[in-house]
Amino acid sequence: MAWQGKPGPLQVTGEVLGLRRAGDYHVLTLTAPGIPELTKPGHFVALAVGGQSSSMLLRRAFSVHSVQSRGVYGGTLDIVFAASGKGTEWLAKLHRSDTVDIVGPLGRPFALPKTPVPCVLVAGGYGSAPMFMLADALRARGCRVDVVLGAATESKLFGVLDAKRIASTLTITTDDGSLGERGRVTDVLPGVLTRTDADVVYACGPMGMLSAVAKMATAFGAYSQCAVEESMACGIGICMTCVLPVIGDDGVTRMVRSCTDGPIFRGDRVRWDDVDTIPSDALGAPVTKGH
Amino acid sequence: MTRAVITHGPRPGVTTHLPEVDMRTSIANLDLPSPVLTASGCSASGRELDQFFDITQIGAIVTKSIMMNARSGRPTPRMAETPSGMLNSIGLQGPGIDSFLDNDLPWLVARGARAVVSIAGGSVDEYTRLASRLRHVSDIAAIEVNISCPNVESRGQVFACDPLAAAEVITSVRRNTAPGIPVLAKLSPDVTDIVAVARAVVSAGADGLSMINTLLGMVIDTDTMRPALAGVTGGLSGPAIRPVAVRCVYQVHAALPHVPILGMGGIRTGLDALEFLLAGASAVSVGTVTFNDPSAPARVARELAVALAERGFDSVGAAVGYAHRLPEPHSMPGGAVAVHPETAVPPVADSEIASGVEG
Ligand SMILES: Cc1cc2nc3c(=O)[nH]c(=O)nc-3n(C[C@H](O)[C@H](O)[C@H](O)COP(=O)(O)OP(=O)(O)OC[C@H]3O[C@@H](n4cnc5c(N)ncnc54)[C@H](O)[C@@H]3O)c2cc1C
Ligand SMILES: Cc1cc2nc3c(=O)[nH]c(=O)nc-3n(C[C@H](O)[C@H](O)[C@H](O)COP(=O)(O)O)c2cc1C
Ligand code: FES
Repeated sequence: MAWQGKPGPLQVTGEVLGLRRAGDYHVLTLTAPGIPELTKPGHFVALAVGGQSSSMLLRRAFSVHSVQSRGVYGGTLDIVFAASGKGTEWLAKLHRSDTVDIVGPLGRPFALPKTPVPCVLVAGGYGSAPMFMLADALRARGCRVDVVLGAATESKLFGVLDAKRIASTLTITTDDGSLGERGRVTDVLPGVLTRTDADVVYACGPMGMLSAVAKMATAFGAYSQCAVEESMACGIGICMTCVLPVIGDDGVTRMVRSCTDGPIFRGDRVRWDDVDTIPSDALGAPVTKGH
Repeated sequence: MTRAVITHGPRPGVTTHLPEVDMRTSIANLDLPSPVLTASGCSASGRELDQFFDITQIGAIVTKSIMMNARSGRPTPRMAETPSGMLNSIGLQGPGIDSFLDNDLPWLVARGARAVVSIAGGSVDEYTRLASRLRHVSDIAAIEVNISCPNVESRGQVFACDPLAAAEVITSVRRNTAPGIPVLAKLSPDVTDIVAVARAVVSAGADGLSMINTLLGMVIDTDTMRPALAGVTGGLSGPAIRPVAVRCVYQVHAALPHVPILGMGGIRTGLDALEFLLAGASAVSVGTVTFNDPSAPARVARELAVALAERGFDSVGAAVGYAHRLPEPHSMPGGAVAVHPETAVPPVADSEIASGVEG
């Protein structure tokens, strides 16, 4: 970090510039000096919640939705979140000029294709948050971008208008049929993959969706990049709470940290059916006790 | 009247007139430039934290407990947040001693940081083999022996909860460790008499004590109505356990005043660290709070220096065990003017009284 001039995550005090509603979600704009310049699509930030003497010790992780490197306020970034628990409820009550401690950018960003190949972006709920930066980066490389957004209901879709603007085609699904097709993203994905002849599928959303999308991509001969969401205590690689079974280049399954080795993984490398378990052939399995 | 009262120094944040505090400390024959270390399992092997502060400036990096073989740890969920704390059941995931010695330790040493290597085993033999592997490795500052592990040879009884088993581990590790390298026994608070365990491991040759490890706890998820952790139970850490930790350090220091203690358990600020010094610790580890603030070890050290200066301590050593001093016969309101029982040096220097008046 800054103290030794190396690139890497920064810890900065951000100031709230704005907080607005977007359907069921909140969009928080923060100053984050130095972070926007380093952020690539798929990176996340970890926010301390509850103030300086908060009883909530663990940072909350959020995908970076957008960044602005320059402007009146210097660098700023936006995150999109659902107020789903104590920490996110605290964030939803922030006011302009309140401060938030931010660590970022964290994790490995999405890998981008070197050639202009067709790409499909699939997102569930707030999983669309990082997809717009990604779409911009892909389009800058000449890639065709088709988007599939899904959610339980219309108010849980994020970024429909932006998606229309950036995507060659946009397909929407809702479980209740309130917008787009009734059903799940995986119901429409085969059609989109066939139609676009996609080489790469990018996915962000709940684990069940990622698992299904990754398998579908593989079945269609496409490469997939999935942004996983594991419970994280530190976000920076020092606690080992965020692990999942991933197959390495050497064919060996390891329990790897999703905060530093991910959160973006190749879909064909994650052992989706074994998440939340230690596969018996994982390096270092089986388990004995001790903490 | 106000002139005679020694206040707690200048207002918070006004530190310009504070004298220098000698922040050096030692644990047995290990000299440290700062009394603040990281805690095992809360700093990996130092690389990640070096992005947030200069790890060579703190006392030492205490590495994640390492075992003989690679270990995948427990299934997820491995953690649950609790009020001012967290519950974890990582299950000692790690790469095994060979990979640690090939990759992690050399980096730490090349970086110029002091490395306290934490070891963990499932049997006395495993601890012995780990100590033997480390014996010929130069540049380790100390070995911390995590004995909060179940003994596979004794129906899973945790070593740290049985004075005899704990002593057996320490005897063997001490015997197989180079003489100049301190061996610290890390104690569990989950015992009825922590002093008895402390005495047992000290008799077995421990050069110092690290305390405390996590407390066994449990959280039940009220949505799923099942244990929140895949491992069912987990270790509780963070500020929530600090009073337990301070009590343990105080009791052990009272019983064994000459045994150096590395104190830990919920340290968040310099004042928290000071509590541990006053209770009898010569140095402290900052663990869980690093997840909240990745620069916490460096920050706590800075805050501790200010807190010591504000109270008129000119060195870390002068504060160690200070809470154990005899009651002052003629103590003044707000004033800490008694003579330190161990150093026989007044904790508040004359210059301090002057700056206290200004502040
Ligand atoms: C890489 C990554 C990116 C994320 N991006 C977004 C995003 O863009 N928008 C968004 O709304 N949410 C996102 N999440 C999920 C978000 O971190 C959680 O919703 C949030 O931590 C919940 O905090 P809470 O205090 O409201 O809930 P609580 O249930 O009170 O949280 C308790 C603890 O569990 C952890 N936790 C709870 N739910 C989750 C979860 N789903 N994922 C990870 N940790 C969790 C919290 O960090 C905290 O330590 C992301 C998670 C990860 C890992
Ligand atoms: C996620 C996590 C992992 C830990 N791993 C270890 C470990 O490998 N070895 C060990 O001796 N202690 C381990 N501990 C215990 C800490 O080193 C420390 O003793 C305890 O957490 C109390 O300090 P704290 O409240 O500052 O965290 C771990 C604690 C946490 C929270
Ligand atoms: S969240 Fe701590 S290691 Fe990943």
